[in-house]
Amino acid sequence: MTTKSNKSIFNKKLLARAAKDSLTKLNPVSLIKNPVIFIVGIGAFLTTIIVFIGIFQGAYSSFNLQISIWLWFTVLFANFSEAIAEGRGKAQAESLRKNRTQTVARKMVGDKETEVLAPDLRKGDIVVCEVNDIIPSDGEVIEGIASVDESAITGESAPVIRESGGDRSAVTGGTKVLSDRILIRISADAGDTFMDRMIALVEGAKRQKTPNEIALTILLSGLTIIFLLAVVTLPAFFGYSLTASGISLSHNLSIPVLIALLVCLIPTTIGGLLSAIGISGMDRLIQRNVIATSGRAIEAAGDVDVLLLDKTGTITLGNRMATDFIPAEGVTVEELADAAQLSSLSDETPEGRSIVILAKEKFNIRGRDITNLHATFIPFTAQSRMSGVDLKTPEGKVHQIRKGSSEAIRTFVQENNGIFSQKVIDTVSDLARQGATPLVVAEDNKVLGVIHLKDIVKGGIKQRFAELRQMGIRTVMITGDNSLTAAAIAAEAGVDDFMAEATPEDKLRRIREEQEKGYLVGMIGDGTNDAPALAQADVGIAMNSGTQAAREAGNMVDLDSNPTKLIEVVEVGKQLLMTRGALTTFSIANDVAKYFAIIPAISIALYAGSNGQGPLSALNIMKLGSPESAILSAIIFNALIIIALIPLALKGVPYRPISANRALAKNLFIYGLGGLVAPFVGIKIIDLLINL
Amino acid sequence: MFTTFDFLQIIIFVGLLIGLTPIMGNYMYKVFTGEKHLMSAPLGWFERLTYKLVGVNSTEETNWKSYAFGLLLFNLIGFLFVFLLQLTQAFLPLNPTNLPNVSWHSAFNTAASFMTNTNWQGYSGETTMSYLVQMLALTVQNFVSAATGIAVLIALARGLSRKTTDKLGNFWVDLTRSTLYVLLPLSILLAVIFVSQGVIQNFDTYQTAHTLQGAQQVIPMGPVASQESIKLLGTNGGGFFNSNSSHPFENPTPLSNLLQMLAIFLIPAGLTFMYGKMVGSKRHGWTIFTVMLILFFAGLAISLYGEYSANPIFGHSALMEGKETRFGITHSVLYSVVTTDASCGAVNAMHDSLSPLAGMVAMVNMMLGEVIFGGVGAGLYGMVVFIILTVFIAGLMVGRTPEYLGKKVERFEVTMAIIANVITSFSILLFTAWAATSALGLSSLNNAGPHGFSEILYAFDSGTGNNGSAFAGLNANTVFYNLTIGFAMLIGRFGVIIPILAIAGSMAKKKITPVSAGTFQTNNWLFIALLIGVILIVGGLTYFPALSLGPIVEHLLMNNGITF
Repeated sequence: MTTKSNKSIFNKKLLARAAKDSLTKLNPVSLIKNPVIFIVGIGAFLTTIIVFIGIFQGAYSSFNLQISIWLWFTVLFANFSEAIAEGRGKAQAESLRKNRTQTVARKMVGDKETEVLAPDLRKGDIVVCEVNDIIPSDGEVIEGIASVDESAITGESAPVIRESGGDRSAVTGGTKVLSDRILIRISADAGDTFMDRMIALVEGAKRQKTPNEIALTILLSGLTIIFLLAVVTLPAFFGYSLTASGISLSHNLSIPVLIALLVCLIPTTIGGLLSAIGISGMDRLIQRNVIATSGRAIEAAGDVDVLLLDKTGTITLGNRMATDFIPAEGVTVEELADAAQLSSLSDETPEGRSIVILAKEKFNIRGRDITNLHATFIPFTAQSRMSGVDLKTPEGKVHQIRKGSSEAIRTFVQENNGIFSQKVIDTVSDLARQGATPLVVAEDNKVLGVIHLKDIVKGGIKQRFAELRQMGIRTVMITGDNSLTAAAIAAEAGVDDFMAEATPEDKLRRIREEQEKGYLVGMIGDGTNDAPALAQADVGIAMNSGTQAAREAGNMVDLDSNPTKLIEVVEVGKQLLMTRGALTTFSIANDVAKYFAIIPAISIALYAGSNGQGPLSALNIMKLGSPESAILSAIIFNALIIIALIPLALKGVPYRPISANRALAKNLFIYGLGGLVAPFVGIKIIDLLINL
Repeated sequence: MFTTFDFLQIIIFVGLLIGLTPIMGNYMYKVFTGEKHLMSAPLGWFERLTYKLVGVNSTEETNWKSYAFGLLLFNLIGFLFVFLLQLTQAFLPLNPTNLPNVSWHSAFNTAASFMTNTNWQGYSGETTMSYLVQMLALTVQNFVSAATGIAVLIALARGLSRKTTDKLGNFWVDLTRSTLYVLLPLSILLAVIFVSQGVIQNFDTYQTAHTLQGAQQVIPMGPVASQESIKLLGTNGGGFFNSNSSHPFENPTPLSNLLQMLAIFLIPAGLTFMYGKMVGSKRHGWTIFTVMLILFFAGLAISLYGEYSANPIFGHSALMEGKETRFGITHSVLYSVVTTDASCGAVNAMHDSLSPLAGMVAMVNMMLGEVIFGGVGAGLYGMVVFIILTVFIAGLMVGRTPEYLGKKVERFEVTMAIIANVITSFSILLFTAWAATSALGLSSLNNAGPHGFSEILYAFDSGTGNNGSAFAGLNANTVFYNLTIGFAMLIGRFGVIIPILAIAGSMAKKKITPVSAGTFQTNNWLFIALLIGVILIVGGLTYFPALSLGPIVEHLLMNNGITF
């Protein structure tokens, strides 16, 4: 996002537009999508008509008018909550649109370049982009390397490298080439690009109800029908009681009172806030710079049981660091450190640099002037699996200093007729068992010792995994390391399981196995190799820096390309479901108090004695002022509670990583018990205010 | 006065129930999972013979739709048989008192009633039904309607414990096994004990006795003990005599009374244990048992309070009207709570004469859907409807798609659970409203004021809940009530069975997510509290307006010194 929005939920502009939108949402066609609120709308409409009929007949009822007004407010407040949730997305979509200019693309036809408008590009077209060109559409780099400014979508101003062939070949339409020249094969038709989908998504234009939301809507509709039955049959029961009390049937319950009772009983609170909860769940993901291709994926994220996490970048810092020098027999540690430093002086890898730093810190061996040493550097190659330096002595003799994996150095030493001692072999396997990478240093035919290269586990990650475990989520570390090393790091990081020497096929198999056992699996990946696994996983997050194939396969894209994001996504999913459950519980628990407000109010005259107070006034435990004020207070409370809970619906219930049992106990206490008690207090207060 | 002795009797009853639950549960578990059990040696040949005769392949399992189809077909045949037998009883044997054919509407009502395990009796047994009808039609239905309920529960338990299959078992096998191994041996055993206590078992013509005042009294006879035991074990409740278990020939001694109450709860309680074992969590079974027991105690406490508290009209004595002095207040109240909890409907006191609060408890027990132990099978599968709703509403609060026993609760299950719920409210409320506003309904009332309303409400409540007990003040043997209550019974039975089988079928297809710390637990105290909350709020709150216009206002009026 251009604006990593941490701004408050409400600002004036947003509120004004939401207020306007809540009126346009009164359109029955849009209202009917929310069955509970639609029923309230019908009720409001009917009472309004009754008020007008009353006026024409000269029997204006201010009570009916007030009921009708508050019913309209109930509907408007529900619309408002949805509008305000959508409004935040709309604001973001607008800023995205500004970045999407009408680009002219340089399409390649054969060897010739022609200029076409970006929207006219089709899948499979080849375009060329050079410095300061805006990449016209999504695609894959097929030739060249370039640095690209992707701030338009990620909000990150540092340029990124995009190159053909590797795992960083995907480019996104709307981003800008900063250097060099690349050929791009277009992979999306106009209107279906990443940017288009993102805009549609944040706007909520394509928003479809998620499976759990649909199920909940059915439950709420069912409850509405049940309470509708209870209210519709009430005049019959009431009529019987009136006759039995010797009161004329013309005193039967009026339609506005029945509608008021119905609206109080049906779950309007959750019904009104349901879509706002869904939209804001999506919104919370976007704020974390994750784009989900469907709401379904967010819900699935809450359900994830197993997370497959890449070791590098997620669990450990990307680089290994030298932490120790272990000399061979007959070699001093200083000699070893000196040789190690020499061999690493022009080694620009993070490992190499860490060796130089360690030598400096531990033995105060400073950087040397390389030219004076007559040194030739031997870079690392995949064949030799060693790097190092050749030093020419003044006598013209050449000393070969090498560092590398133990196998490589062993071959090197033995070729020079040297001995690879048992002690060195022991040290090497010892280090591997600790999860470290041993790097052996040799000079000509003599092994000098071993450098301890350690994987550095990220700070706080162990705590994170412990939290996940409490939430019932298992973590599996995936690494290319051998199992000895992997086991040691897994133990240090506190993951539950690991896969060593994992190939993409292994990952896919592992995901299938876990799913076979009934678990939902989440993973994050970037490479083309990861695409099958991403597609197989229930929640597959592709890094934005990854290949187009990976981005297509996953159901979310992380714009920051941060592997730990997976954990945050799980939290967003859980929070979304929790918010729904909490507000549903709250809404249903509310009914108890409303009954105690309305039932005594409507039946005060039944079986009344001389004082005009029927026995059912005993149920008026809140001691509400009058029957009218009791009914009004209940319906006003019912409307205001929607407004009061909008911030909660948008922010989600406070989330902490705790076990299901503790989460349930906590939420049940707040929203269940709270839902039972709050309306008693609220209705009483409103009643006192009305009767002032 | 409620004495220590009364208290002790309740404790003994509950103690025996808790002790018998695992025994029954283990036995039934073996029966329905096909393990070797106590009765497989003596009766196994008969089971195999039955399959051979009927042509059923006992190893073949079906999906939920075929299971439901078999069940409906079997019930339809049973219904027609009972219906036709009543219409022709005058021409058939075993009718020593020469009773005439039953009216069509009463025959419809009775056929629906016995097929649905309701055993609502709009007629008076001893003056309406021949011995042939009582034995061949009614007693047989007492067995198979109970067996049907058990079969549905077994199918449900299989659906929840299996994964990625559409097979729920074989209805005919489940039906045969529940009848042959569970209901038959137990009812024979119980019948023998009843006979030892003085329950009659004969085919004699009705006896004429001369009373001390010189009046003549006809004393009905009949094969009572055999019908009595299944009446209770199968939570049927249809008495041989109109006065049901308050009749000395049905329920002669305090021991027989205790055994009757135990017999009502025996199988429903045992099923909770069996269910827990079948779905792989005995603890879950006990959790459900605990929920039922708590609701049972709550109802009992309110009823006892209602009966024992001072009645301002009659001074401070507890009321004995409508109760047998042999049983006294505690045992009458205990029986009334047991029988309405369990959708049995057998009575040893007239519920019409209960205090308003005790009458309300009886009604609420039925309105909650007969889930407090409930009808055999029916109580527990009704409870599962509430469990699914609870899991769905509260399960979200742990931040996952709700799961029950590792199965995701999704759109389809929620829809079915809601249908089961709506359909029962629909039947109770709309039929009551119709009766309360039409001359057809109101002309049958014997009582005025809120009590009359309670009588109507009770009738449709009892019918829909497949309970069958009556407030008895209502003359229900009219075309209107026979038809409306008849339909209420059918709706209340199959309107729940079909959604339940659909849930079982859909659950069987799903995978089972293994339990983790993130799982919503359905076997601890928190869940017990939640489930009770949902049962009371979702299941009960709907009826609060109706109840407040019936028993609640009656109770309040009584305290003001007004009765009806």
